Amino acid sequence: MSVAADPRAIERIARANERRDAAFAVLGLLVLFVALLVLTALFVDLLIDGWPRLNWEFLTGYPSRFAHRAGILPAIVGTFAVMLVTAAAAVPVGVLSGVYLEEYAPRNWLTTVIEININNLAGVPSIIYGLLALGLLVHQFRLGESILAAGITLALLILPMIIVATREALRAIPSAVREAVYALGATKWQVMWHHILPYSTGGILTGVIMGLARAIGETAPVITIGALTFIAFLPDPPFKAEFPFVSFEWLTAPFTVMPIQMFNWVSRPQAAFAVNAAAAGVVLIVMTLAMNAAAIVIRNRFRRRVRW
Amino acid sequence: MNVSTEEAALSAAELRRREAVHLRRAKAADAVMRAVLFAAAAFSILVTLGIVYVLVKESVAFFRHVPLSDFFTDTQWTPLFADAHYGILPLLAGTLVTSAVALVVAIPGGTISAIYLSEFAGARVREAVKPVLELLAGVPTVVFGYFALLFLTPLLQRIHPNLPTFNMLSAGLVMGIMIIPYVASISEDAMRAVPKAMREGSYAMGATRLQTALRVVVPGAFSGIAGAYILGMSRAVGETMVVAVAAGQQPNFTFNPLEGAATITAYIVQVSLGDVPHGSIGYQTIFAAGLTLFLVTLAFNILGYMLRARIREVY
Repeated sequence: MSVAADPRAIERIARANERRDAAFAVLGLLVLFVALLVLTALFVDLLIDGWPRLNWEFLTGYPSRFAHRAGILPAIVGTFAVMLVTAAAAVPVGVLSGVYLEEYAPRNWLTTVIEININNLAGVPSIIYGLLALGLLVHQFRLGESILAAGITLALLILPMIIVATREALRAIPSAVREAVYALGATKWQVMWHHILPYSTGGILTGVIMGLARAIGETAPVITIGALTFIAFLPDPPFKAEFPFVSFEWLTAPFTVMPIQMFNWVSRPQAAFAVNAAAAGVVLIVMTLAMNAAAIVIRNRFRRRVRW
Repeated sequence: MNVSTEEAALSAAELRRREAVHLRRAKAADAVMRAVLFAAAAFSILVTLGIVYVLVKESVAFFRHVPLSDFFTDTQWTPLFADAHYGILPLLAGTLVTSAVALVVAIPGGTISAIYLSEFAGARVREAVKPVLELLAGVPTVVFGYFALLFLTPLLQRIHPNLPTFNMLSAGLVMGIMIIPYVASISEDAMRAVPKAMREGSYAMGATRLQTALRVVVPGAFSGIAGAYILGMSRAVGETMVVAVAAGQQPNFTFNPLEGAATITAYIVQVSLGDVPHGSIGYQTIFAAGLTLFLVTLAFNILGYMLRARIREVY
């Protein structure tokens, strides 16, 4: 006898299906909840472990053989110096490539190759960039184990992110804007420079900050070029009292960055250094979260201001 | 005399000349910028060529010393010992086991989150959850390494007291949680691309949400979801800091996740820290290991790209 003939059987099936629906909804929430829980556990664990070391001396101190005296000042300064180089290298190249691919590129095999290539670069493990830097920047171009080499390495790593973000920002601008400016007799570059780029600044900036936040947390490529873990001095300051006032010597200085400092402390067997590692982890997370939050704020602000 | 009257005083011919100069300059700038933009876009090709050049150059030097057959069949990897062995298998096994553990977590976790977010959750939940997933993806991996070694491992040791301090299980588990957002985000995009009409057809037949999700949406988005899995695999294979911190750095030819082992990436980190002299065989080994890693992830990336490209096919 067919099911259709028995209304109660149909109802039973429908009920069972509804129960399965509800069960899955619970499962979905549970999975998301676990992810959230892990994230919270991670923060709380770091905070509890690192709390005793989170003070001003820790932030402004130099590394030491004694865990309770070690600080992270050189790592913080190194992180900012490396970020400066990374931004200076990655932003112009990334934004210009994004403009080319989105606005200029003809549909031909070369463009296709470039696009596939960028896609693929985005998927290359970060340690491979480290090997590239070790072989090419450190040994071939003789940049040494310097802030400059590290900055360029991280710039190459985040280049695909910036290109993709730029393209998305450009795509959001309606073609009517371009047509209007062309109608006034502007050249293509004038359209880009005076109109399209300024309008897409918000989106591009968001991508750049997110890229830099990623670069701050990257450890592997910087370890490979041989960043030191015990730096008891700061790089040469970029501005000086005497002529010529600006110095670029800091670019060639050896350095350390936050994640390397943390990695170094995690890998030591003494428990006292694990406390330092946790404290460094808290600082590192605060740095990356602050940058990601800034990116989200910028994205929302620009989205609100410009309505097409 | 102010500017406007000065301009008015110029002859028409002079004005035309000035305008022509202006126009020529704008056109020149346009041409120059076109070349600059192209150079910037082409630069990424140089990066790839640089990677291939460096990896292949050092690997060629390496394979002059070590026959390929040793590299692929020897079950020991002790390049820095007096009794040197150059078998990549222990490193590959370590990479494979940690990745497998990670995928056991990331694939179900990512898929369930994606189905829930795309088919079940309301707009409010979706908007609240997505940034959290993004944050999970933004935490530096060395922090996840700390978490695996000093939080998860002690926790697991309570259940299984014989678990060594360095083990592939906790490294893999944490890596899996780290990869969930990638899998979830790409799978969700793929499911969203499935046309609404297909869902409505299914609901009209009396199917429930779950039936529609599993029998209509997931099969419809299959290539995209498979692409997400492949990408997750590629991430797991290339992940460095979690395994370098938590899985240990002893090459160990084993498939037991309860033991410690070195992965390809962890080995590269370990040797880089040891300051091997440039040009030595130890230096070359990290490039040979790196080339192996590059080729594996390249294969994954191409496969994943092809699968994801198929989402765009029409239904």
